[in-house]
Amino acid sequence: MSFAEGDDARKTADAVARRSYGKLVAFLAARTRDVAAAEDALAEAFASALVDWPTNGCPKNPEGWLLTVARRKLIDSVRRRQTGEAASTQLQILAEGLEDAAAQAEKDMQIPDQRLALLFACAHPAIEAGIRAPLMLQVVLGLDGETIASAFLVSPAAMRKRLSRAKEKIQQAGIPFSIPEREELPHRLDTVLDAIYAAFAEGWTDASGTDTIRRNLTSEALFLARLVVELLPQEAEALGLLALMLHAEARRPARRNAADEYVPFAEQDPALWNAQMIDEAESVLYRASALGTIGRFQLEAALQSAHVHRRRTGHDNWAEVVQFYDALVALTDSPVVAINRALAIAELHGPQAAADALNEIAADDRLTEYQPYWAARAELLSKTGAHDEARQAYEMAIGLEREPTVRAFLQKRLATLESSTRG
Amino acid sequence: MQYLLVLHVNESGWGQMSPEQQQQGVAAYMAYGEALRKANAFLGSNRLKPSANSTTVRVANGKTQVLDGPYADTKEQVGGYYLIDVPDLDSAITWASRCPAASHGVVEVRPVWQMA
Repeated sequence: MSFAEGDDARKTADAVARRSYGKLVAFLAARTRDVAAAEDALAEAFASALVDWPTNGCPKNPEGWLLTVARRKLIDSVRRRQTGEAASTQLQILAEGLEDAAAQAEKDMQIPDQRLALLFACAHPAIEAGIRAPLMLQVVLGLDGETIASAFLVSPAAMRKRLSRAKEKIQQAGIPFSIPEREELPHRLDTVLDAIYAAFAEGWTDASGTDTIRRNLTSEALFLARLVVELLPQEAEALGLLALMLHAEARRPARRNAADEYVPFAEQDPALWNAQMIDEAESVLYRASALGTIGRFQLEAALQSAHVHRRRTGHDNWAEVVQFYDALVALTDSPVVAINRALAIAELHGPQAAADALNEIAADDRLTEYQPYWAARAELLSKTGAHDEARQAYEMAIGLEREPTVRAFLQKRLATLESSTRG
Repeated sequence: MQYLLVLHVNESGWGQMSPEQQQQGVAAYMAYGEALRKANAFLGSNRLKPSANSTTVRVANGKTQVLDGPYADTKEQVGGYYLIDVPDLDSAITWASRCPAASHGVVEVRPVWQMA
């Protein structure tokens, strides 16, 4: 094999992995519900491809090639694990099912897309909420356990254990690989969207975008959101989530200045935003609004849209923004939303009204370790003149921050506060 | 559960910082300690003097060997520690990620062997 051919084979394998990994896992696991076995078989098929393709050339239908090899490996592994009458019957059914489906797929030159069913299985209510996003990233996109563990701040050993426990649950509990019925769909879709958003949020915490694991996570989450929108084009909340994530992602280039310092939203240069992504976000949101069902993600996307509009035109729209937040608080009862609402109230009615609004949620235990709460509190109190409290809040915000640039930014704010109280 | 967060840092970094940067660095650690205390996770912490001040002692075959310098001569040295009490490893990892040392060195999360 020449070096170039090996390189080509790897590139093709990488491209197929990115495009088809979830499709192949879904196809292989749909009958057995054994996600782990499907993944193992597929991993072996990819390994074979890297040996075979450089010598024999890349196949015309690489997906089909991988499916054929993976199917054989899957049947082999079942055969190795089980013996006896019952096993051979089960094996026959499995083999025939896979065989028929694969033959059909080969004839059509395309594998039926069951990724949506796989997403619904990963985000099933019977699966522990915290593991749904990691599970999707692994099963549908093929991310390895170590990458996922780093992104979610969990030890790799623990992440591997939780992932395999979740896969076992899918099989043992008989979690279906299917798209829920009409009446059940909105609720079940919520859990899928929540998990995608959780993956995006983990990727988003890196302000600098230098951490490739995290940055990739936002693009993987966008990929999943696009997938859901493509497969369920009439679901307004899926569109809302996509619009929300596009708005956030569009601002990435403006979150750092030339000196590599953190730049808060209010001080970002709108010219640095990705205009194409914002346009796409707006048109996606418009499609959502035409469907006539409002929801959390659409409201959040509408808020982003309002913020972008204000910064671009200079036209004050804080009253509208606060109304959106009121609606969101009513819908979600989330302390995180309440914090952002307070910051918007500061712009509309001044810092004291905002600090009062923030005090209403101060008793919530979940906020003790929630960095944005302390950062918001510090900002507001430094404007109301409660400087001692503001200083303490800044300290908490700095102590809880894990991004060095954001930490430096907050330290600068604190220094400004201290010099103003001294002078 | 108790965990020892062991801070491994490049010691030459400190000397290369301006006084303002040093002050900012110390303030970040102070804020971190405060946050740990407010969250009721703080048990103890110390900053260590540079490893050049270390002496290592070993008794083998009845002979005591005393050496100047740290145990392992590596670029990164133990620079300090936090002893924390948190519900589980996930929480300990979260606190480790907030430690300023995690962005200029490495923070090792080590569970403490609890004596009965």
